[in-house]
Amino acid sequence: MSSASEQSRRFQAARKLAGVIGVPAVAIAAAFAAGAVFILAIGESPVSVYGRLFSGTFGNFYGLGQVLFKATPLIFTGLSVALAFKAGLFNIGAEGQLYIGTFAVAWVGFTLSGLPGVLLVPLCVLAGAAGGALWGAVPGYLKSRFGAHEVINTIMLNFVAIALTGYFVTHVYFVPETVHTQRIAAQAQIPRLEQFWPVFKGSPVNVSLFLALGIAVAVYFFLWRTRFGFELRALGLNPAAAEYGGISVGAGTVLAMTLSGALAGLVGVDFVMGYKYYYEGGFSSGLGFMGIAVALLGRNHPLGVVLAAFLFGALSYGGLVINAVVPKELVEILQGIVILVVIAGTNVFGQLAASFKRGRPG
Amino acid sequence: MSPPPKSGTDSPSIPFLKMEGISKQFALVKANDCANLDVNRGEIHALVGENGAGKSTLMRILYGLYRADSGRMYLDGDPVELRSPADAISLGIGMVHQHFMLVPPLSVTENVVLGSEPLRAGVVLDLKGAAERVKELSETFALAVDPDARVEELSVGAQQRVEIVKILFRGARLLILDEPTAVLTPQETESLFVILRRLKEQGKTIIFITHKLSEVMEISDSVTVMRHGKVVGDLKTAETNTEELATLMVGRKVLLEVEKGAPARGETVLELKDVHALGASKVPTLRGISLRVCSGEILGVAGVQGNGQTELVEVITGLRKPSSGSLRLLERDITGLSPREMLKLGVAHIPEDRLKRGLVPAFTVSENLILGSHFRPPFAGRLWLRREDIFENARSVLRRFDVRPQAPALPARSLSGGNQQKLIVGRELSRDPKLLVASQPTRGVDIGAIEFIHRNLIAQRDRGCAVLLVSADLSEILSLSDRIAVIYEGRIVGTVDSTQADEKKLGMMMMTGVLAKEDGNGAGES
Repeated sequence: MSSASEQSRRFQAARKLAGVIGVPAVAIAAAFAAGAVFILAIGESPVSVYGRLFSGTFGNFYGLGQVLFKATPLIFTGLSVALAFKAGLFNIGAEGQLYIGTFAVAWVGFTLSGLPGVLLVPLCVLAGAAGGALWGAVPGYLKSRFGAHEVINTIMLNFVAIALTGYFVTHVYFVPETVHTQRIAAQAQIPRLEQFWPVFKGSPVNVSLFLALGIAVAVYFFLWRTRFGFELRALGLNPAAAEYGGISVGAGTVLAMTLSGALAGLVGVDFVMGYKYYYEGGFSSGLGFMGIAVALLGRNHPLGVVLAAFLFGALSYGGLVINAVVPKELVEILQGIVILVVIAGTNVFGQLAASFKRGRPG
Repeated sequence: MSPPPKSGTDSPSIPFLKMEGISKQFALVKANDCANLDVNRGEIHALVGENGAGKSTLMRILYGLYRADSGRMYLDGDPVELRSPADAISLGIGMVHQHFMLVPPLSVTENVVLGSEPLRAGVVLDLKGAAERVKELSETFALAVDPDARVEELSVGAQQRVEIVKILFRGARLLILDEPTAVLTPQETESLFVILRRLKEQGKTIIFITHKLSEVMEISDSVTVMRHGKVVGDLKTAETNTEELATLMVGRKVLLEVEKGAPARGETVLELKDVHALGASKVPTLRGISLRVCSGEILGVAGVQGNGQTELVEVITGLRKPSSGSLRLLERDITGLSPREMLKLGVAHIPEDRLKRGLVPAFTVSENLILGSHFRPPFAGRLWLRREDIFENARSVLRRFDVRPQAPALPARSLSGGNQQKLIVGRELSRDPKLLVASQPTRGVDIGAIEFIHRNLIAQRDRGCAVLLVSADLSEILSLSDRIAVIYEGRIVGTVDSTQADEKKLGMMMMTGVLAKEDGNGAGES
């Protein structure tokens, strides 16, 4: 009896571990195998291409800095999508939320330029979170109040956000002849890692990376150690039981979408405060959508999200490294295959279909 | 473990079906362990056992859905080997599953022929001929099935009869019915039994899976009892009784009758006055409910399913807003309060569907045990959950309510149905509620757990809790309740003292909504 339950516990643990690691590992292996076929097809050697990919990204500090730089915004958007997923919501709107948040960071940065850095830096960070939060709260409210599905509304709000920020940057707050705003105040700019570690010289990776890692830890504690995280997870796993347990489905939906948006909005800290020092129209080109892939690959767990963001960061910088030998689109193929296998290996579409069927909450 | 020699008063020494030494191992469970089963021609043979005893596995092997790891099967004395249900069907074995395999928008005849479509001249589907055959079968066996009716318009009982026609159409001689009465009302169960007797008269052999012992005594000729994958008893129904069968099933002596003293009725805890509410599809479902539950008593609510029981429970627990009327809890107006406010006021709720409402199956046992108290001390402060208190609580509830395995970190979905139910009961009772709303508290759990849950409901009553018990199981209502209210079309049509109630009287009220005059507590109550 005790040995059987011990055996079953070990079996459970092994299955859990296989579920967590197995699918992403298979996905990555499958992607590199399929990529090898493409490389062979254009007459190159997979070993040398992959060797170059690896040495160019993790083989030297500049490459590593570039990988970390590419990974930073993906940690924010990956956490954003993952947190909403945990509450049973599909936030396809991280893209729009990060546009609004990033613009808000820049606006505060150049408008309140008279403030000292010790005030302005936190204000800029808060502005990014608040802008994204607002853009996430809207579809959350529409869902809880009217039962309008968040997938549709977040997609629509992406277009609105891009158009709105595009209007601001071309008609209201622009430097003539450019598509960017004026610079933020110098005291709102945050240091790059090269200022502490010269080995990263030339790479724009900046201290917002540590903010991203800290936020990942915070998201973990929020989800698993606080009563509100408990409520969101219950809501995501079984809304009817959550309601039975005294959890308000409507309030939980708004809270989850608001927090999710805030996480996406923090992308602006990296882009504006650490990299360009101004807002630039069309700067993201899909970071929010990549966040969906990062969250999927990371199994919606903060640690998984961080690792997945590093992988996708490495692939996206690696594409530039190998561009001399093979087209950089190769890494897009790799990314695509990783996502396909992860989706096939988990039940994402089943969950999506169920959430549509459930329709209106409450 | 070897079964006693089969008796065969007038049957030849060869049983119609013989399964011998059947074993089947799943990943971690030995589902069947050298099981033997002999079924004589033309008898109704009950197969009983608790959940997980291996009944369904044995029947799936017989129907060709699983292959046994070892063992042999004989039909009419000839060894048979079944590789698929198609093999079983060709040998005249048919099975009615617990979940019907019907296509709702199609007609009865279309459903019956699905998979064995009769053809005319080799190409044209002969639906007309099939419909006549369905009609003929329906008449022979008193099945009362209209060949042209759409399945989606039929009641659950009628759909079950369509399943029976379906297997008869394929020439079944041996019918396996997997817990057929689990989905039926008492009246539908009665008419199913009439059909089973007719099938038996016509020479069919029936294996009837159940865990309701009263049904075994009523309908079967012989009975095989399984426990932990093994056959532990093979008896003639006439030579046994429910106590003996229960003891065999559970492996220890079980109290089938609930022992309880007279209620010590106190103040009014819950009072509903003329409550109206809409149902799931926005139709008026509660249409003027008035009732009262006092501390120290169990009020049973009896009724045919779908007369507003679900909505009544949801209104009382805050899950559904009443459209008019008032609710009072201990002199306080609670009309329209949220589920969380109800929880804070001391209302506990054992929901009718444990996987849908009662548990978050992917959560651990200890997480499930704080659902509904997770927002307040001792389990949470303003922000943080208190992990030591949550874990300690899990340990103590698991021990007190004998939930197995006693592993707080296991996900709740990996527990058996009976233990999941004990988990919910333990969570709700450990709140020390002032009002306990128990809806179908023992649905789908086995005898051992039923006994345990019943004892605990009585203990709550004796502690001074007001208990509202809603159950589709009349015998449960009768044995636990102090008073019984009958619900019919969204109203309470009468309340009787349980000492003056019996199954027949309640059944009439449930079906017609009319209170027999001499019980005269008046329609509704005030």
